[in-house]
Amino acid sequence: MAGTPNTPQPAMGGGGSGPNLLRTRSPRAIGEGAIRVSLFVAAAISVITTTLIVLSLLRETVAFFGDVGATEFLFGTKWTPQLAGDQQSFGMLPVLVGTLYITGIAMLVAVPLGLLAAIYLAEYAPERVRKIVKPILEVLAGVPTIVFGFFALTFITPELLRPLLGPEVQQSNQLAAGLLVGLLVLPTVASVAEDAMTAVPYSLREGAFGMGASRLIVSLRVVFPAALSGIIAALVLGASRAIGETLVILLAGGSGQLLPQVVTSPTDASGSMAAFIASTATGDAPTGSIEFETIFAVGFTLFVICLVLNLLSIRLVGKYRQVYE
Amino acid sequence: MPEKTDTAESQITKPMDEQSASSSAHHEVSPHLEPKPAEAAASTEAIFDCKGVDVLYSGKLAVADVDAPIMKNEITALIGPSGCGKSTFLRCLNRMNDLIPGAEVRGSIVYHGQDLYAKDVDPVQVRKHIGMVFQKPNPFPKSVYENIAFGPKVVGMKGDMDEIVESALRRASLWDDVKDRLKDNAFGMSGGQQQRLCIARALAVQPDVLLMDEPCSALDPISTNRIEDLMLELKEDFSIVIVTHNMQQAARVSDKTAFFTVDMTGGESNRVGRLVEHDITEKIFTQPSDKRTEEYVTGKFG
Amino acid sequence: MTGAQIAAKAATQTTVISRRSKKDTRRESGFALIMWGALAIICLSIAVLLTTIVVDGLPRFSMDLFTNQPSKVNPATSGIQSAILGTLYLMAITAALVIPVGIATAIYLEEYADSTKWFNRFIELNIQNLASVPSVVYGLLGLAFIVRGPLDLGPTLMAGGITLTLLVLPVVIIVAREAIRAVPPSIRDGALALGATKWQTIWKQVLPGSISGIATGVILALSRAIGETAPLIVIGAAVSPRFNPDGLGSAFTAMPVQIFAYSKDADTQFLELASATILVLMGLLLLMNSIAIYLRNRFEQKW
Repeated sequence: MAGTPNTPQPAMGGGGSGPNLLRTRSPRAIGEGAIRVSLFVAAAISVITTTLIVLSLLRETVAFFGDVGATEFLFGTKWTPQLAGDQQSFGMLPVLVGTLYITGIAMLVAVPLGLLAAIYLAEYAPERVRKIVKPILEVLAGVPTIVFGFFALTFITPELLRPLLGPEVQQSNQLAAGLLVGLLVLPTVASVAEDAMTAVPYSLREGAFGMGASRLIVSLRVVFPAALSGIIAALVLGASRAIGETLVILLAGGSGQLLPQVVTSPTDASGSMAAFIASTATGDAPTGSIEFETIFAVGFTLFVICLVLNLLSIRLVGKYRQVYE
Repeated sequence: MPEKTDTAESQITKPMDEQSASSSAHHEVSPHLEPKPAEAAASTEAIFDCKGVDVLYSGKLAVADVDAPIMKNEITALIGPSGCGKSTFLRCLNRMNDLIPGAEVRGSIVYHGQDLYAKDVDPVQVRKHIGMVFQKPNPFPKSVYENIAFGPKVVGMKGDMDEIVESALRRASLWDDVKDRLKDNAFGMSGGQQQRLCIARALAVQPDVLLMDEPCSALDPISTNRIEDLMLELKEDFSIVIVTHNMQQAARVSDKTAFFTVDMTGGESNRVGRLVEHDITEKIFTQPSDKRTEEYVTGKFG
Repeated sequence: MTGAQIAAKAATQTTVISRRSKKDTRRESGFALIMWGALAIICLSIAVLLTTIVVDGLPRFSMDLFTNQPSKVNPATSGIQSAILGTLYLMAITAALVIPVGIATAIYLEEYADSTKWFNRFIELNIQNLASVPSVVYGLLGLAFIVRGPLDLGPTLMAGGITLTLLVLPVVIIVAREAIRAVPPSIRDGALALGATKWQTIWKQVLPGSISGIATGVILALSRAIGETAPLIVIGAAVSPRFNPDGLGSAFTAMPVQIFAYSKDADTQFLELASATILVLMGLLLLMNSIAIYLRNRFEQKW
C-alpha cells in the first residue's frame, strides 16, 4: 500500500456484512406511526371544540336574526325578551351596558390592587414574603366563582353596602357584583402583570440603579414602562374574564332578564350577558323558540367580545416576549 | 499503544501529495514538537466515507462540501474555531441532525457500504450502531443501573441485563466506582463520573462507532484525563470521532485530525463551515499544508 | 424624572446626595405604604370571605349534610348527598376524558408538531383562545350539541362530564406542555442517540421526567371543573334531586349547582345550608391542592 495515492477503501460490505440500517415494517415502526396519528387526533379535538362552539352559537344566532333586526338587537334600549306580545323587545344595549358597568367597577378594584401586588412581588418582595403572598393570590384564584357571588349576596350587600349607602341598595346591585368580580379577576391581573415585569431583563434595572435611581424610580419609571405591553395584556385579560363572569353577577348583580331601560345607578340591579344566558337557559327552553335563539345570540356576542380581547392580549404578550426573550 | 494494523502511508486529503510514515505513541504527540516523520498508526479501512457533505439549516448552508474518510479503530479529532461546523458535521454521522427542524444533509456518508442518508435508511437503526456522547453529561434522572439498562432494553438486546450493565460499566472503567451504588440516582454523581456513565451507557448497546461532542468541556482536568485514557483503550474495539475545542486534547489522543474553519467570503451573515485539512494528527500540528491550519494550531486565531 | 436626568443631577450636585436620598426615602416609604395597603385589602377581603362562610356554615356542618338528600321545602333536614356524589362522578368522568386527551395534545404540540406549519400554529392559537372563552359559553355548546342535537345525551352526568372536559382541556394542555418543555433537550438526545425510537424516548424519559408537573396541572384543572356552576346550570343540571346518580346516563346535580339553588332562597336556613355546602366544596378543593403540592414536592424533577 505504501506510496499508493488512492484513498482508502471504505468497508464495502454492502447490506450483507454491515449492520442492517434499513427501515422495516416491524410492529414497532407501525406503532410509532399509529401513535403519531393518535396524538394528532387528540390535538385536533380542541380545534373541533372551537368549531362546534362557533357552529352552535352561529346556528341559533342566524335563526334569531331571521326574527329580530340587527339594529334593534345591537342598539335598542329595551330588553324584555321574556315578556309576551307587544311588551317583547330585543334591544340588547341595557344588558351590554350592565356588563360593561360591572366590568368597569371590577377593573376599578382589580387594576390598582392587582398592579400594586404585581409591582410588590416583582420588584420589592423579599423571598420570605413572596412565599406568603403568592399562595394567597393562588388561593384567591382557586376559590369557585359561586363563592364570591354568595359572599356578595349575603355579606357585601346587607352588611357593608346597606349600612354605608342606605336601604335603597337593592338586593342585587351592580356595585356589590362589581366589587366581587374585581376581587375575582385580581389574581389574573396580578400574575400576568408580574410575569411581564419579571421578564424585563435585570440589566435594565442595573443600568438605572447604577445611575443612582431609587427602587421606586426603577420600578415605576424603568420596569413598568418596559413591561407596559404585558401589563396592558394583564388588564385586557382581566377585563375579558370579568365580562364573561357569570355566577357573581347572577347572584348579586341581577339576572339581565328584564331591563326596560339602561341602568345607571350602581345600587340598582342590572345583569350581564353571561348572567342572562345562565338565568334563561336552564335547560327547558324548547329548541327553535325565540327564547332559545335569544340565548345563543347573546352568547355569540359575548364570545366575539372575549375572543377579540383575548387575541389582543396574546398580541401584547407576544410583543414583550419578542423583545426580552 | 495498539499497533494492530500494519503501518501504512495513506493519503487522506486532496492537498496532500506526499505522506511520510512515522511511529509515535499518541500521548507523545504535542503541538510543540518539532516536525518529525509521522506514522499512520491505523488501518486502511474507513468506517465512514464522506463525500461532498453539505448541511443546510432552513435552506441556508451551514457546512459545505466535506470530503473525508474516517478510519476504523482510530480516533479522529475535529477541531476548529467556534461556528466552524465541526459539531454539526459530527451530528451528521449518526443522523442526530434529523432532530433539528429545517436541517438538511446533502452528499453521501457511506457506512459499511450503505449511504446513511439513503431514503430507506432508518435513523433509529443508525443510532443503534453509532453511539454518541454529548458536551454536558446528560444522565437520565434515574439510577445508575437504569441509565445503562435503558439502551439495551429499547434496542431489544437479549441476555442477562445485570451482566450487560456490569460489562458496560467495566469497559468505561466505572465499575469499581459505582458497583455498590447501582441503585443510586445518577444525578448524585460527580461530573466526571456522569460523563463516564454516559460513555458506559453508549457502550452498553454495543455500537461500533462512538461520536463524542466535546466530552470534556464541562469537566475538571483529572476527569478529563481519565476520559482521554478511556478513549485510548476503547479505540481497540471502536472507532471514535471527537469534537474538541482543546487542541492539546486533539494532539494527545487522536490519530487523525480534521481542521474546520469558518468561511466568511460570502459575508458576515453567510458564515459557512468548511473542512480545511484532514491528516495525521502529528502532521496537522507540526507541518500543516494549509496556512489557515497553521495559524489556528499556533494560536494566531480561533 | 428619568434615570438619566437623575444621574445628571447627581453628577453636578454631589453635595445634595444626602438631601435627595432623604426625599427618596420619604417617597419610598410612601409607596411601600400604598403597596402594603393594597396587600392588606386583598388579605382582609379573603379573610372576611372565608370567615363569614365558616361562621355561617359551621352550624350546619354535620353528618346530616352528607347523609340527607336536598330538599326545596324542608331546610332543617336538608342535606347534599346527591350533590356530593354528583360532583365526585363529574370529577371522575372529567379526569378519565381530560387526562388522555390533554396529555396527548401536549405531547403532540411539544414533541411532534412542526411549528412552522400553519395548522400546528392554528392549534396553538386555538387552545390559547379556548382558555379564555367564558364558561357559560361552554354551557351553550353542551346544551346545543351534547344535551340536544347530535349527541342527544340529555341533561345527564355524561353530558356534564364532557362539557366540563372541554372547558378544562386547555388548562391541562397548557400546564402539561410547560412540564414537558422543562425536560431538557439533552435527555431526549441521550435517549435517541442510544437507538431509542421517538415514542420510546417520550414514554420512558420525557413523560416520567414531567409527570409531577402534569399531575399538578391535571389536579388544577379538576379543581376548576368541580367549582364550575354556569355550564352545569345551562345544560340543565337538576335542582335538589332527592336521588343519587346511578350511572352515566343519570340526571344529576353538583355542589356548586346546589349552592346556587340554596342561595336564591330567602330562608336563612337555606343560606346556612349553602354556606355548609361551600365548606364541603372548599374542603375538597383544599384536599386536591394539598395533593398537588405534595406531588410537586415529592416527585418534582430538578434538572
